[in-house]
Amino acid sequence: MFKNLMNWIEYRMPFMEKMNLHVMQYPAPKNFNFWYFFGSLAMLVLVNQILTGIWLTMNFEPSAERAFASVEYIMRDVDYGWLLRYMHSTGASAFFVVVYLHMLRGMMYGSYQKPRELLWIFGMLIFLVLMAEAFMGYLLPWGQMSFWGAQVIISIFGVIPGIGDDLTLWIRGDYVISGATLNRFFALHVIALPLVLVILVFLHIIALHEVGSNNPDGIDVKRPNDGQPVENNVSDKFTFHEYFTKGGKKIIVDAIPFHPYYTVKDIVGVVGFLIIFCAVIFFAPEGGGYFLEAPNFEPANPMKTPAHIAPVWYFTPFYAILRAVPDQLFGAIFMFLAIIFLALLPWLDRCSVRSVRYRSTFHKWNLVNFCISFVALGVLGVLPATPTYTLFAQIFSFTYFAFFGLLWLYSKNEKTKPLPVRLS
Amino acid sequence: MSNAPVDHGRRRFLTIATSVVGGVGAVGAAVPFIASWNPSEKAKQAGAAVTANIGKLEPGQLIRVEWRGKPVWVVNRTPEMLETLKKVEPNLRDPASDEPQQPAYAKNQHRSKKPEIFVAVGICTHLGCSPTYKMNDFDAHVEGVASGFFCPCHGSTYDMAGRVFSGVPAPKNLMIPPYMFSDGDILTIGADEGTA
Repeated sequence: MFKNLMNWIEYRMPFMEKMNLHVMQYPAPKNFNFWYFFGSLAMLVLVNQILTGIWLTMNFEPSAERAFASVEYIMRDVDYGWLLRYMHSTGASAFFVVVYLHMLRGMMYGSYQKPRELLWIFGMLIFLVLMAEAFMGYLLPWGQMSFWGAQVIISIFGVIPGIGDDLTLWIRGDYVISGATLNRFFALHVIALPLVLVILVFLHIIALHEVGSNNPDGIDVKRPNDGQPVENNVSDKFTFHEYFTKGGKKIIVDAIPFHPYYTVKDIVGVVGFLIIFCAVIFFAPEGGGYFLEAPNFEPANPMKTPAHIAPVWYFTPFYAILRAVPDQLFGAIFMFLAIIFLALLPWLDRCSVRSVRYRSTFHKWNLVNFCISFVALGVLGVLPATPTYTLFAQIFSFTYFAFFGLLWLYSKNEKTKPLPVRLS
Repeated sequence: MSNAPVDHGRRRFLTIATSVVGGVGAVGAAVPFIASWNPSEKAKQAGAAVTANIGKLEPGQLIRVEWRGKPVWVVNRTPEMLETLKKVEPNLRDPASDEPQQPAYAKNQHRSKKPEIFVAVGICTHLGCSPTYKMNDFDAHVEGVASGFFCPCHGSTYDMAGRVFSGVPAPKNLMIPPYMFSDGDILTIGADEGTA
C-alpha cells in the first residue's frame, strides 16, 4: 500500500530520487569532526527564527506608537510570549555564533579553495543578508538602542559623496527615523529577507553537493577510477548515487552516506547546542546586556541619545573598524572591505594545500592572528571610543587586514607538508 | 507551416528587440517600487521648512521656532555678546567648529550667516535636554562670561555661538540647521539656497 503510494508519487515527481541524491546516498568524508556541526546548527537556528518569528508577528504591531508596547504585551500577557520572544532574540545571537564558527571552519580547512569558490560566495551572501536581517529586526522593538543604533547605521550610508543624504532619506522614508522606517524594516525583516535567505541556503547546499564536502584533511574523496581496488575502503560497503560516481568513472574513497551517519552525528551537536541555547533562554535571556541591551528596555526617544551607543555584539568587530579610521568615508569603506576581503579569500589564498594541518607554521600563526584580531575588534567595538581604545582598534584593524595581505604574499610559494593519500 | 529556411538574422533581431523592450518594461515597473520608499506627503509636511519673522527681535532676545518637532532658537546677539566669542575660545572643546555640526556657511567664529543672528537647534548634544538661555547671569556657570546657554540636566555649558565648553558632559557644539533669509526679515529654517 505505502509502496504503491511512493511509486505513484515517484512517477510524477522524483522525490526518492532527490532524497537519495542529497541525503541517503550522498558521500560525506568519514573524518568530519565537531567543527562540521555548525552548518546543520545554522539550519536549525534558521528554522527556529522563522517559526518563532511567525508567531511573534501574530501579536507585534509595527507602528511607532504601538511597537514597544506590543513587545511588552507579548512578554507579559501572551501565553508563552516571553519564551517565543527570547527564543527569537537569543536565536539571533546564536545564529551569529554558529555562522562565525562555520566560517572559521572553512578558513581552517581551506573549504573556500577551488572548486568551492562559488559555495563560499553563496555563504558570504548569506552572511550579508543575515546581517541586514539582524539589523532590521533590532529596530522592531522600538527601544532606545533600536532607534539610535539604526540612526548610526543608516548614517553610514550618508557618507557616500553626492548621493549620501538622498540615499539615507530614501532608506528612512522620513527626515528622521520614524514609523515609516519601522514599518518598511518590518516588511523586509519578515518577508523579503527571509525569502532571500532561504533561497541562498538552498543554493549554498546545491553548490556544496555539486563539488562535494571538504574535510579536515582537505583531500578529495572522489577520485578518477583507474580500476585498481582501494584497500580498506569503507565506502565499498555503501551504495552512493551514480551522480557522484559518474557511471563508474569516479571512485569514492573514505566517504560514508550522509544519512544515517551524519544525521545521527549532527543530532549529538544539536543536543549540545540546545543545552547551551536553553540555558541562555531560561537563565540569561539578555545575555548579560549583550544579546538585549539595557537601553532597549526604554521606548525610543528621538530627543534623548543614550550615553553610550554600542551595536549588538555580532556587529562590533566591523563597528570597531569603522570607528578606528578617523575619516568617516574611509571608515565606512574599510568596514565594507573587511567583509569583501573575506569573500575574496578563494583568490587571495594561492596555496594548493587546503587544510591548516598540512600548511606552513606561518599560516597557522597568521590564522591565529586573524582570530585574535577579530575577537579583539569585537571587544573594542563594545567599549567607548577613548583615545587608548581607538589606538588599539587601529592596531587590530591593521592586523586584521594584514592577515589577507600576508596570506596573498606567502601562499604562492608556501612550504607545506606532504598530503596524506587517505583520510586519517 | 512554411518550409522556408530559417532566417537567423531576423530571428536574432527579434530576440534582441524583445529582450530590450522587456527590459525597458521591467525598469519601468521598478519605478513605483523604488519611488514608494521616498518620504510620503505626510512625512514631507511634517519635515517641511518653517518660517519666522525676526524683524521685531530685540537685541539679546531669544525666540523658539518649532522645526521637525525640535525647538530651534533664534537669538539677536548684542555687540557685547559677539565680542566675548573670541575671549572664550581657549576654554572651548571645538572652537573652530571642526565637527560637522553646521552647514558650511556657519563654520565661522559666530557660527551664523549674519554675525548677530544666531540660529541653532536647542537640544543639548549630550542627552537631548533643552538648555536654558542665560542672558545676563551666565557667569554663575562660567566665570567672567556674561551670557551663554546652560543645560540644567547635566550642567553642560555653551557660549553664545552654541560652542560647547570643555570639561562638561556634552561632546559637541549645538547643531545649526540649514537656514536662509528672504525679504530682509523672513527667516526660513530647514532650507537654504542649496536646497531651495
